[in-house]
Amino acid sequence: MENKVKVCVENLNVHYGEKQALFDVCMDINQNEITALIGPSGCGKSTFLRCLNRMNDVIDICKVEGSIKIDGQNIYDKDIQVEKLRERVGMVFQKPNPFPKSIFENVAYGPRIHGLAKDKTELEEIVHTSLKKAAIFDEVKDRLDETGTSLSGGQQQRLCIARAISVNPDVILMDEPCSALDPIATAKIEALMEDLKKEYTIIIVTHSMQQAARVSKKTGFFHLGNLIEVNDTETIFSTPANDKTLDYVTGRFG
Amino acid sequence: MNSNSLKISNENLKRRLNAERRFKFYGVIAISLALIFVLILFTNIISKGYSAFYRTLIEIKIEFNDKVQPEMFKQMSDTEINKLDLYSFSKKNIYSNFPDIEKKSDKKKIIKLFSIEFEEEIKIYINKNKNNLGNTINLYISASDDIDQIHKGNYSRDIPEERRRVSNFQLSIYDELVGQNKVKFEFNLPFFSRGDSREAELAGLGGSLIGSFFTMIIVLLLSFPFGLFGAIYLEEFSKRNRFTDFIEININNLAAVPSIVFGLLGLGILLNTFELPRSTALVGGITLSLMTLPTIIIATRASLRSVPPSIREGALAVGASKVQTVMHHVVPLALPGSITGTIIGIARALGETAPLLLIGMVAFIVDVPSSPLDPSTSLPVQAYLWNDSAERAYEEKTSAAIIILLSFLILFNLIAVFIRRKFETKW
Repeated sequence: MENKVKVCVENLNVHYGEKQALFDVCMDINQNEITALIGPSGCGKSTFLRCLNRMNDVIDICKVEGSIKIDGQNIYDKDIQVEKLRERVGMVFQKPNPFPKSIFENVAYGPRIHGLAKDKTELEEIVHTSLKKAAIFDEVKDRLDETGTSLSGGQQQRLCIARAISVNPDVILMDEPCSALDPIATAKIEALMEDLKKEYTIIIVTHSMQQAARVSKKTGFFHLGNLIEVNDTETIFSTPANDKTLDYVTGRFG
Repeated sequence: MNSNSLKISNENLKRRLNAERRFKFYGVIAISLALIFVLILFTNIISKGYSAFYRTLIEIKIEFNDKVQPEMFKQMSDTEINKLDLYSFSKKNIYSNFPDIEKKSDKKKIIKLFSIEFEEEIKIYINKNKNNLGNTINLYISASDDIDQIHKGNYSRDIPEERRRVSNFQLSIYDELVGQNKVKFEFNLPFFSRGDSREAELAGLGGSLIGSFFTMIIVLLLSFPFGLFGAIYLEEFSKRNRFTDFIEININNLAAVPSIVFGLLGLGILLNTFELPRSTALVGGITLSLMTLPTIIIATRASLRSVPPSIREGALAVGASKVQTVMHHVVPLALPGSITGTIIGIARALGETAPLLLIGMVAFIVDVPSSPLDPSTSLPVQAYLWNDSAERAYEEKTSAAIIILLSFLILFNLIAVFIRRKFETKW
């Protein structure tokens, strides 16, 4: 049974100044699934990911054409508020980037600026639930006022996931979330993603093909700014339609 | 591999090691030279200036008489006592401390041993003790600057009399007073509270300290907010285009402009066009703000730039607006660096003399300013003024002013270092 389509990308072209980074990318991403994006460095998968919550807006020279519809709403429409969009589409980055503030403040920041909590107890409630969902609550519950940067790398990354889900998004974008972590921390994050997909739609960029194979239902392969192929993860790793995909997943290049 | 090959050094290696040793040696030489010069500077200034921090007092006896009775002061207010004319009373009383001297010219010389404000000092004493005055009182009044210098040993007695400011007769009286144990040193508090004066023993740093204080307040109030927000706008919000590039180049150039140019600007625009009051801390502060602004902008931009972009991304990704991202996350992290830059900029402004000369803060000002709109001088200008004065006593005062100035600069820099160490975030 197929899940319903959450994100629909059509004819996405992205330019950084003179250089074109993405060519006519079309892709559907299903709700409550993990979709993995793989491909060699510089192939445009991160660029693609950052288009989904308009993080590319901060780069002056970046120009985006085409349409990205989330629940049927084009997020590049003129009247779209990026702040609202990013509330619905959270992001976790390659390097854990907690704010140099307390663990509590890290998670409370999003709800506070969006006015999600009426009072202090509600805010605490949100922070605790988010930390629980990110499977880090038990490790930090006694030291919520310590700085987020004092945690280990894996804990920091889970704190960042808690921060992302604190504003109750629909979609979570993950840009190589485990590339700075050791295998044990990676396993924890992967297990966490399994849990999270019940509530959220997850799109993950990864360099590790094993990780893509382990966690994702669908996988898209990017090469030189083109989306070469997107299909069920099993198919991509066993019998891909395109030779380049086969070469990449079997380790012949990349 | 030969087992000795790690031990035998060849020519090439020897050359490299020698070069390394030479390089270290040059470094040590350079540092030592710098330290020696600093040491010479400090020893010179401190050895010349420390004696200005105490002053010489001479004990005299005052006898009240029928006309000036101790009882009459009890009913008088402070201002009434200050208005009294006790000049000839004071003078006669000083003479009567030296009963052997009868010649009028000698009496004049006696008076010259004391500060020209002896009458005021006697009034101040009476004022303080008006309720328990006996018929005779003993009090210390300031020595004249020449006696002060002789007592401190700054002024040699071996100079022939005709070239000496203190005559042999005065010296013999002074020796007599010392013999009677009537001359003493005291911490020179008036030096910190009084304004400038033509009489060296009365001249103090108070006016210029307050003047510098007002000037620095103006500099801080103007240059910190403008510098901070200018830097935030340029670094975080402005689009990069020719215009902002032009502004950036100009700010960097402005930081290198000789300070006297800012003085000309202050003179031309603030004084001549806007007709702001001349010689005031307000004008001095505005002028020095212009000089400090680029320093603060450059320091703030550097510390904004050192905030990692990942912090900005983290905030943007949870839906913070650009302003929220900058104000909640970036600026707090950049603030210690910005404050450090500001303190160093203000320390530089504190030591600045040239622009102040042009806007008239070099005038001879006796009154201690009570607001930034009063005419005033500043610490370095006061040192410059005293250095120009002929009397010997100004020499120690010049050095003392420089000691105070350097202490403030060192204090400022220590605060800057402290803030940087304490609040800097490590990534």
